[in-house]
Amino acid sequence: MSDLTRLTLADAREGLAAKTFSAVELTQAHLDAMARAKGLNAYIVETPDKALAMARASDAKIAKGEAGPLEGIPLGIKDLYATEGVQTTAASHILEGFIPPYESTVTSNLWRDGATMLGKLNLDEFAMGSSNETSYFGPVVSPWRRNGSDAKIVPGGSSGGSAAAVAARLCLGATATDTGGSIRQPAAFTGTVGIKPTYGRCSRFGVVAFASSLDQAGPIAKTVRDTAILLRSMAGHDPKDTTSVDAPVPDYEKAVGASIRGKVIGIPKEYRLDGLSAEIASLWDQGVAWLRAAGAEIREISLPHTRHALPAYYIVAPAEASSNLARYDGVRYGLRKTGKDIVDLYELTRAEGFGKEVRRRIMIGTYVLSAGYYDAYYLRAQKIRSLIKRDFDLAYQSGVDAILTPATPSPAFALGEKGSADPVEMYLNDVFTVTVNMAGLPGLVLPGGLSSDGLPLGLQLIGRPFEEESLFSLAQVIEEAAPKIGLPESWWG
Amino acid sequence: MSVDLATVRRIAHLARIRVSEEEAPYLQNEINSILSFVEELNAVDVEGVEPMTSVLPMTMKKRVDVVSDGEIVDKVLANAPAREDGFFVVPKVIE
Repeated sequence: MSDLTRLTLADAREGLAAKTFSAVELTQAHLDAMARAKGLNAYIVETPDKALAMARASDAKIAKGEAGPLEGIPLGIKDLYATEGVQTTAASHILEGFIPPYESTVTSNLWRDGATMLGKLNLDEFAMGSSNETSYFGPVVSPWRRNGSDAKIVPGGSSGGSAAAVAARLCLGATATDTGGSIRQPAAFTGTVGIKPTYGRCSRFGVVAFASSLDQAGPIAKTVRDTAILLRSMAGHDPKDTTSVDAPVPDYEKAVGASIRGKVIGIPKEYRLDGLSAEIASLWDQGVAWLRAAGAEIREISLPHTRHALPAYYIVAPAEASSNLARYDGVRYGLRKTGKDIVDLYELTRAEGFGKEVRRRIMIGTYVLSAGYYDAYYLRAQKIRSLIKRDFDLAYQSGVDAILTPATPSPAFALGEKGSADPVEMYLNDVFTVTVNMAGLPGLVLPGGLSSDGLPLGLQLIGRPFEEESLFSLAQVIEEAAPKIGLPESWWG
Repeated sequence: MSVDLATVRRIAHLARIRVSEEEAPYLQNEINSILSFVEELNAVDVEGVEPMTSVLPMTMKKRVDVVSDGEIVDKVLANAPAREDGFFVVPKVIE
């Protein structure tokens, strides 16, 4: 049998329906690939027994003609999603050994539709990072390498395990989450497709909280169509999350391949940063040309508050994180370090349980929320968010359907190359993605080509609220027009 | 705005994170680097701007105020580092 891990999710769905292969065979092929890829460190926990049991159940359903939309499709789950009976850590020492007694809504939806779980994917600790180097369980190594080099490259973050696992064919698709770019930046770094839907489209119930007003779940997969298939299953209203939106979930796959003739695409001049690399600028121009050739109208727009998005994010996100992460106190679950009294217990537990980046962000958040500083920092940042959102609202009101930008200011970098001296250097990775979270909009990233040293480069499409369908239509056009960069061939075993 | 060492220690205590004497100056530098990065926001005119609350205007749903869950003491305590007779155990807090 040909290698089943090379299939797209859509192809695998057809093969299962046609009984060309079984769900057990498809799952086993991925488990075998995972066993050979330990060096990438993409999974924190592998769940082969559970995967095979779920696959057997899927085969039974397929035989009875009762297959769900994702029946028998093996997926990786970012270890930020609570999975009943399976360790969930957020890649933090403080949650090591935590076994949730409940399931997140998004993963419940995936199992309801027949998907099988291969394991829990590595990430930056509490989703705080852009390179997957802050994980307590060690960094993820990208399956990509620079031409003629064996230097280890980062897969991006925080959903680095999700992106690397998809790119290395260790799952057919993965769940991810995005607070400032954590789906889209790793997708760009690994030549995969990722979408952060509109805030409220997916339930946050059972997803370990980082910054609640920004966090949103979404998929990473090999193709635009595959992400559309996954998002349909993941999305939907949930009474357990008051911010989830009670609106019907469209059949996103129907939008894949739809005409984009007459769509108006905005090109924001503020994204042409000083010092933007020539290869990123040329990829962006190329994306414009592809959309124009398919009948889209291209229009230059202005989003004047763009430059304030990243600094404002580094107030809002740490502030909300400091509040959300107060629950890790060594009393109800997770790590405990015993001290002489309760305050000592808290302080020792949290000092040992949280890694450096998480401690730093909690401290920043605590500072900006502390007495006398709330108005100057958090309140001001939330007002600036309104201005950022208003920029987008005005563009959309003027007739723009979607916006095209680069995904990242550079291709992936090597492990240890960035942010060791100054944390802000790492934060700049999210300069093109973070505005989308601040405004709550949907954003999709897909590969557009390769850098001069052979690493993937991504383009980003930003849509109107709850108009993910437009993004899938536009992205499909780019996917068909762009050079096929493929996925890397195995050097990892 | 920048923070001094005393402020770093005060924030650490508010955040309930023990910070060692050796670690404090490094944290101070990093926090100040981030604070100087966000400094430019002071120049933005936010006069009359409402803080953002949601993407689309919507009213928060309210559920009926009834007990919908419970009687799951074992599940609640299952991950506790220390438990006894259906309770979480912590060091003595009242003398």
